[in-house]
Amino acid sequence: MFRIAAAFALLAFLSVPALAQSQEITVSVKDNKFDPAEIEVPANTPLVLRVKNLDPKPMEIESRDLKFEKIVPGGGQVTVNIRAQKPGRYEFFDDFHEATTRGTLVVK
Amino acid sequence: MIAALIIVFREVFEAGLIVGIVMAATQGVPHNGRWVSGGVAAGVVGSCIVAMFAGALSQAFEGIGQELFNAAILLVAVVMLTWHNVWMSRHGKELAEKFKAVGQEVAEGSRSLLALAIVVCVAVLREGFEVVMFLYGVLASEGIGQVAIGGACGLALGALVCFATYRGLLNIPQRYLFGVTGVMIAFLAAGMAAQAVLFLEQANIVTVLGGTVWDTSWLLSQDGVVGRVLHTLIGYSDQPSGAQLVAYLIVLAVMFTLMKMLAPPSRRQSVAPAQ
Repeated sequence: MFRIAAAFALLAFLSVPALAQSQEITVSVKDNKFDPAEIEVPANTPLVLRVKNLDPKPMEIESRDLKFEKIVPGGGQVTVNIRAQKPGRYEFFDDFHEATTRGTLVVK
Repeated sequence: MIAALIIVFREVFEAGLIVGIVMAATQGVPHNGRWVSGGVAAGVVGSCIVAMFAGALSQAFEGIGQELFNAAILLVAVVMLTWHNVWMSRHGKELAEKFKAVGQEVAEGSRSLLALAIVVCVAVLREGFEVVMFLYGVLASEGIGQVAIGGACGLALGALVCFATYRGLLNIPQRYLFGVTGVMIAFLAAGMAAQAVLFLEQANIVTVLGGTVWDTSWLLSQDGVVGRVLHTLIGYSDQPSGAQLVAYLIVLAVMFTLMKMLAPPSRRQSVAPAQ
């Protein structure tokens, strides 16, 4: 019984990321503020987050909860691929202005 | 000013630990200081060059240029660290005994130093890129003044970490020093391989074994001081993926196997006591 359960667990472990369809969302930064500052996505869905920096100076989008950091040049755009997540609230911010430039990814 | 200090220090800190270990690991190899400072200088220049092309890098390969770049330079560092350890397992004892190499070994030693200079360059490049982008942004919007002071203090504190690491390791008796630095370098390389895999996962290139193996963020967060140090030194992650763990274990296994296989038979015991 345990073996069968373990086999299924392993199968799930191996196959879940490949099955899920990803969702695309764009967030922009202007005057050190994320727009929108809160993004909602369904659980267990990989996310393609496009970050547009409308300010003339570089920023670094970072999330400790989601384990990514990426420089966005002034006036530039980057793509961040985020693994499927469990429901919860995940913070992200501009590493160069951590106190003021913050946003939240809400996974439901 | 404080923000600049914290950001610069945080970036320099990681590179500082690595430079300190490399300095200790090459203790007694002729001209090691020159090679290591050359690596640091190349890393700083490289950071500025990469920063100049940050826009192009971000757009490259359909938006995953930064991830590929980071993964590539990390993997180069893993290869260089492996090369150094293999070289040291052959010659470490002679260095430890005589404290300086002669003839052929000087030439070979400088090749190993080149490998470690590349590692230092990569470490500085990765962190330096962020510092340069940060400072550029500040210069563009807020002017220099206070930020220069904060940045300089952050840099000085980072250099202090580097020096403390180096001096701390030199307290180890000479005959054990290369054994200890060899093991540290093996774990450093394994951690870098795991980080490279994370970047490849974010680039959607590595898609197998993507599930989180464990979550110890409640116990030891990767973002606290201890977590950060362990993350740099042994590649600690509070939420590693299966693929990261596999890469980590493979690098450790390959590294220790090569060190054992290639060590001269009579020296095997003294070279890698931690096995």
